[in-house]
Amino acid sequence: MFKMINKNSILYIGILIFGIAAPFLFPAFKVQLSILCVLIVLATTWNIQGGEMGYNSFGNILFYGLGMYLCASVQVGMFFPLAEWTESGGEKTFVHTPAQFFQGMAVGLIVAAVVPTIVAGLIGYSILGLRGHYFAICTLGLGVAAGEISGGIEIIGAGQGFTTPPFPDVGSLDSRGEFFYFLSFFVLVLTFIAVRGIYSTRFKLILNAIRDNEDKAEAMGIETMKYKIVGWMISAFFCGLAGGIMGGLVGYIDSTDVAFDGREMGVFMVLMAILGGKGTLWGPIIGATVFHIFKEGFWTFFLGWQYVALGVLIVVIVIYFPEGIMGWLREKYPERFGEVVDERDRKAQVELK
Amino acid sequence: MDFMVFQYPMISVQACLDGILLGILFALIAYGMALQWGVMNIINIAQGDLVILGGYIAYFMYLYGIHPAWGVIVSPIIMFFVGIAIYKLVINKVVDRDLFISILATFGISILFMQLMNFAFGADVVLANSDYGTTMLFNSNVVLPNSKIFSAFISILFAICLVIYMKKSKLGRAIRATAQNARAAKILGVDTEKVYAATFGINAALCGVAGALISITFTIHPYMGLPYTIRSFMIVIVAGLGNLPGVAMSGMGLGVFEEFADYILGTEFRIGSVFLLLVLILVYRRFKLSRKREYLK
Repeated sequence: MFKMINKNSILYIGILIFGIAAPFLFPAFKVQLSILCVLIVLATTWNIQGGEMGYNSFGNILFYGLGMYLCASVQVGMFFPLAEWTESGGEKTFVHTPAQFFQGMAVGLIVAAVVPTIVAGLIGYSILGLRGHYFAICTLGLGVAAGEISGGIEIIGAGQGFTTPPFPDVGSLDSRGEFFYFLSFFVLVLTFIAVRGIYSTRFKLILNAIRDNEDKAEAMGIETMKYKIVGWMISAFFCGLAGGIMGGLVGYIDSTDVAFDGREMGVFMVLMAILGGKGTLWGPIIGATVFHIFKEGFWTFFLGWQYVALGVLIVVIVIYFPEGIMGWLREKYPERFGEVVDERDRKAQVELK
Repeated sequence: MDFMVFQYPMISVQACLDGILLGILFALIAYGMALQWGVMNIINIAQGDLVILGGYIAYFMYLYGIHPAWGVIVSPIIMFFVGIAIYKLVINKVVDRDLFISILATFGISILFMQLMNFAFGADVVLANSDYGTTMLFNSNVVLPNSKIFSAFISILFAICLVIYMKKSKLGRAIRATAQNARAAKILGVDTEKVYAATFGINAALCGVAGALISITFTIHPYMGLPYTIRSFMIVIVAGLGNLPGVAMSGMGLGVFEEFADYILGTEFRIGSVFLLLVLILVYRRFKLSRKREYLK
């Protein structure tokens, strides 16, 4: 029993307590904290393919946007005619009662998680057969195509956008922020447990084998395609959930600027994972936190220039910092990562330089 | 959905001719992409943004009262140096690395250019008016703006010049040698660093020409870059590297496809259909290749 209380579990309990207390400690930052949770979920799930499997996808935004639209559509469509809702632009003709809102949200989130998973499974066989840059460009195309096409569909608001149901009046003013914070924090914890669970099984080793040499992995008798599809489906599941929450949080869905925002969110998740360190458990979490703090903290200084700063940031990180924060720490303190470094070996390397 | 295109054959003719003239422009951009892909093994996501930047150069000449057609000469010269600057600052650090690194780095450049253009030129859709008039064909059932014919003609001219230059000149031979085997070329005394810079510059210059032509014939907008990148990528993977007739043919094919998609599905699905076509082509290619692999077994 005492063995359970080791260093790690103290850390996890500390983070959990901090996570639960956070909205009360920083009441002004509830929305930002919820967005941070969503970003961490996106970065962590991107890492499953990008980092562990070596399939650098720009297309996870597809599942995120799909989840966003599905959650909102289900939430509205369960009680009111969807077409009239989008046509009225979310005006106050239809009002969700609290019970309807939460019921709709619950069903919506389930749909938002399940449908992208199925979609990932269906398209996985064709898309995941592509290798390297073909995969990257194909998924980029997939994300943009989804945005362009959903921008032309009338029932979900087409070009003018889709207003998600406003949060019902349940007493205090803070309840909206708290609800969305705890929802996103719950999904974050769920994601973390799932990903940590996966990373301690043979499944992760297979993903790594695919990354290192797919043909050899296949020759060793691993059905790589099966594992690739399952990996992608896991990502899609959590991306859909994150998208559903984000839709409710933002309150307004636009096809190319909020949902299928390949230029922003689609790149952010890649960038966060790379900044933190691809192929590590904590890397994407650290990366997303640093990125979000940087983005929110410095965005005001760059007012109007934030995307220029973002472009420069991408180039700088990719060129000078491709291993990320975890990679840098690993280089610096290899002992902490369980790597045994031979002192003589290290000296010999230095001499070679 | 609109099937007027099948009821009135003249609309089909119009769409085909429009598509072919448009496709020649796409082919020019794709040729630049094939060049840098073949030589440096880099996929440049910022290709489309270079095109748009070239277009804005021509547009500015138009604003200052110079005929925008001169942009065809000025824009490539400026863009050549822009290309070399990008190479020196960013690309030379990603040439030998993982392809994904280059995709992501050029993605960053693309976002940077997009926003800088947005600041400098504003988010309006602009057009450099050339006053070339129109040509009527088939009893004035088919209307072709002369600017489109002009742009197709100039594109072909530039492509021919470039092909001759690649075949005959010393730099052209060095570029081709580097594309075949960079290491061997280096051993034999080719300054590959210089060749890479020149390749990127030539690519940017081609984008400049195409951009100037696009600003005369169509419209430009700071955020319109990515579709041009995707179109040229698609043309290159259909045609293959170093296959110029193939690039021209698939460029025209893509142009015709787009015009028909525009008529049948409606303009709002035009870009979406291009991206969807890319996905379909890649998936088709994947199944074709996997079948080939099974034969090898």
